[in-house]
Amino acid sequence: MKRKEIIKLEDVSFSYTNEEFLKNINLSIYEDDFLGIIGPNGGGKTTLLKLILGLLNPKKGKISVFGDTPRVGREPIGYLSQFKDIDFDFPITALEIVMLSRVGKKLFKRYSKQDRQAAEKALKSLGIWNLRDKKLNELSGGEKQRVFVARALANDPKILLLDEPMLNLDIHIQEEFYEILKKLNKKIAIVIVDHNLEMLSKYAKEIVCVNKCDTHTIRYHDVGKIKMKEISHD
Amino acid sequence: MIEALQYQFFQNALIVAIFASLAAGIIGTYIVVKRMSLISGSIAHAAFGGLGISYFLNANPLIGGVVFSLVSAMTIAIFKKKAGNRLDTLLSFLWATGMAIGLVFIFLTPGYATDLFTYLFGNILLVSKMDIIMIGVLDIVILAIVFLMYNSFLSVLFDEEHSETRNIPITIVNVILFGLIALTIVATIRVVGVVLMIAILTIPAATAQLFHKTVKKIMITASMITLFAAITGLCISYYLNFATGPIIVLIISSIYVVSIFLSKLSVPHFNWAFWKS
Repeated sequence: MKRKEIIKLEDVSFSYTNEEFLKNINLSIYEDDFLGIIGPNGGGKTTLLKLILGLLNPKKGKISVFGDTPRVGREPIGYLSQFKDIDFDFPITALEIVMLSRVGKKLFKRYSKQDRQAAEKALKSLGIWNLRDKKLNELSGGEKQRVFVARALANDPKILLLDEPMLNLDIHIQEEFYEILKKLNKKIAIVIVDHNLEMLSKYAKEIVCVNKCDTHTIRYHDVGKIKMKEISHD
Repeated sequence: MIEALQYQFFQNALIVAIFASLAAGIIGTYIVVKRMSLISGSIAHAAFGGLGISYFLNANPLIGGVVFSLVSAMTIAIFKKKAGNRLDTLLSFLWATGMAIGLVFIFLTPGYATDLFTYLFGNILLVSKMDIIMIGVLDIVILAIVFLMYNSFLSVLFDEEHSETRNIPITIVNVILFGLIALTIVATIRVVGVVLMIAILTIPAATAQLFHKTVKKIMITASMITLFAAITGLCISYYLNFATGPIIVLIISSIYVVSIFLSKLSVPHFNWAFWKS
């Protein structure tokens, strides 16, 4: 059976200033992918995800998301941004956070029974339904991360984009989390930015490196079944 | 108190106190959770420019206040992202320029500027029938929009980037939110004036935040605190023949200080042994 391509980047370049930051990127993501993204700090991993989500526009090249432009096609993407952008003191409960991915275009959105059920399902699938009324800053690091994954799942996405969700989490929680992703990957595609090559080589089906990767590192961790490729060259 | 209620001006003051408290408690909550107190201070002082021009033209000052606060709020909403780290420069500009315009026009107006003080520091005992109608209309608009857009506001305030990926129209939501902040400021100018505005918009919500987990509950408690302070302050001002603004702010501040102490006491793992040693 032929794998369905859901996201495609063709010759994509991007720059914040005059200097090109990402150059001629070609990348295809398929419906059953478990893709790890690695690369140096400040090397453009987050930028790559933001381009796919239509939060940034490429300077050159074409991005297709579910057969459309990113802004039109991004609806079935579940996104987990880097935690450093979140205000953890915001007065909001776990359930409220998860419900937010059901708000959508309508300015006067009222939650339906369906919305509530979707949020409940997402929280239960991550085993944190019992934490639903906890305030964000009452949760531990691992619990917070699950809440944000539940938010990404509450909209029945076909693909999850996760930007360094493992930062500052201890190794057992990371392993547990990768097991959850493995289960999810039976139904949806997973794209994860992470520095932990050991974990990635155990769970990811493919790893790509964005910008100026240290080839020595790649070879060292290259495990037989993993296909490794570099998608940006200088 | 009963005797005071017979007077029309006292009844008017009471009605405005209720209206202003609801708006300030609800919008103040948004200001506190998103840390926008400097933005609101800037809009409040910019509004003073409109008050001065209206005063000079012998129109209802609140009309000029609405125009100036809305224009400055929209300017901030539009340029907030572009300004980035330089946002404080824009805020200072609007803050001081608005004040300067207001002062110039008040000094240009013939006669003694008795009202100057009431717009700077508030005096709820001086509201007119027209003020009540205007503040009432502003209040209904504010309450209706917050009720209808509660979920959109929550999403954009909590996580703007995620909201964008979920196709929430964040620019429209932000512009409406800033519009509401502007209207709330105008609705509360009569109560505490532009200089003390920041207190009524931020301290009650900050107090309520000590005790509640959700924005909705903070809004309710903040409105109650403001209402209590406004009515108590009104009575004290009436009997002491004193401007209402400063009295109300002092009551709000006292509640905050007491609440901080109380919230520390109710921490379950409070270490009593530490005090005994």
